[in-house]
Amino acid sequence: MIGRDIRDAIKSVFRNFSLSMASISCISITLILVGLAILSSYNVDHFTKLIEQDFSVFVYLDKDITDEEIAIVEEELKKNNNIVQYDFDSKEEIAQSMMETSDVLRNIMEKWEEDENPLNDVFRLKLKDIREVKTTAQKLEKMDNVSLVDYGEKIVNNFIIAFDVIEKILIIVVLLFIVVTAFLIANTIKLAIFSRRREIEIMRLVGASNFNIELPFIVEGLILGIFGSIIPIIIVIYGYFSFYIKYDGQFFSPFMRLVVPEPFVYIVSLILVSIGIIVGMMGSLRAVRKYLKI
Amino acid sequence: MELIRIRGVEKQYKNGVTALCNLNLSIKKGDFVFVIGASGSGKSTLIKLLHREERPNKGQIIIGGIDVAKLKNGKVYKLRRKLGVVFQDFKLLPRLTVFENVAFALEIFGLPKDEIRDKTIKALELVGLKNKAKQFPNQLSGGEQQRVAIARAIVNGPKLLLCDEPTGNLDPDTSFGIMKVLEVINNMGTTVVMATHDKEIVDRMKKRVILLDEGKLIKDYAKGTYSNEVA
Repeated sequence: MIGRDIRDAIKSVFRNFSLSMASISCISITLILVGLAILSSYNVDHFTKLIEQDFSVFVYLDKDITDEEIAIVEEELKKNNNIVQYDFDSKEEIAQSMMETSDVLRNIMEKWEEDENPLNDVFRLKLKDIREVKTTAQKLEKMDNVSLVDYGEKIVNNFIIAFDVIEKILIIVVLLFIVVTAFLIANTIKLAIFSRRREIEIMRLVGASNFNIELPFIVEGLILGIFGSIIPIIIVIYGYFSFYIKYDGQFFSPFMRLVVPEPFVYIVSLILVSIGIIVGMMGSLRAVRKYLKI
Repeated sequence: MELIRIRGVEKQYKNGVTALCNLNLSIKKGDFVFVIGASGSGKSTLIKLLHREERPNKGQIIIGGIDVAKLKNGKVYKLRRKLGVVFQDFKLLPRLTVFENVAFALEIFGLPKDEIRDKTIKALELVGLKNKAKQFPNQLSGGEQQRVAIARAIVNGPKLLLCDEPTGNLDPDTSFGIMKVLEVINNMGTTVVMATHDKEIVDRMKKRVILLDEGKLIKDYAKGTYSNEVA
């Protein structure tokens, strides 16, 4: 029974070739755009994550701080919701690591007495949401025994906000495209079904249940969806691979590293074929339901 | 035994036209019934109500235990599988062969291929078109096309065959050929209800005749003729 439906659906795709081609190209064009949108939005999201990973806030403590006071600051950091991780570097540790970097520094720093170390103890923080960095920093600065809060380049934060906007726009574009395609496909299939309303009428007349009638059309929508996603998938896979290779895995600057193509492109392909199938089937079902009220 | 029972049926279309009013009718199993009347008398509406293409506004229609008037849209197929319908315009699928057109009615049941082939060939034999199985509907004459439609209607062995002006498009000789086929089917035990305005046929067949006029049942004769009903 199912076999017959699949056979009939394939037959019908070729029998109504021009309309099928219209539906398929309609699905293809949208899926190409959706694919591009997914690729770029995922990459933008990836940039943001990378920046967030590298992003640290430094809390410099007062020079004459005691161990008890450090513990109090640590308690405060623990209470802050936006701080996911912190590391403590004592001024001795910092001096030590600095001395290891060059002999010139070593010569100077070795002459320091115990209390001559001009460096500060530092907490290095990782934030949960770096968009909140400004308020978090202000809060930290007000704490006792904190002399300075520094969080690297301010421009990074602006980048993140820009990426956020881009990502949101892309997601809206993707959703919009999907909705538009669903309508276009419903209409195209409606045309295809309009030319077959007699067939549907006769099917009902000879005792086909609604499900009997819908099934071949649903299968047809599924086939259209699969056919329609072939070209977009080829474009996504080959396009992304060659883009990745051409730009050497980064987009203009090293901190915008691209998502590694494997398995990323295959997941995107899977998403595209799923969208194609779902949209094809829903469009088909919507259209055929219209003729089942006889 | 009663196959069709119609009680107090009224049908008014959305445009306000009353097609049937307070119709009561009982048709026995194995009957051959003509429904006659002028255009607009409600013949076709009666046939449409019987295969639930239309629903009555009022009243009860029971066919073989199924309450047709209350049948939900999604369950109509249960009724349709128990009856066959033949129309004036044949309603064949032009892109399918004669064989495929008839087999179409069996394929939806998901029967095995062999069974479909056997039953289809049997039905085509009955209407005398076995040798044209591979042709397409547009290669056949009107009478032959109507035979294909009849074969499709009876291929799954329905208890009831509804015919809406089956000879309306055909010349008298061809029409009589169709009637012979219907008579054979009736003799095999299938109840036939046929709406027509073909005088000659009704006169020749001498079957039960129901005369409708403006949606009302006027006369019901056991072995009637068209001429004395209308005159």
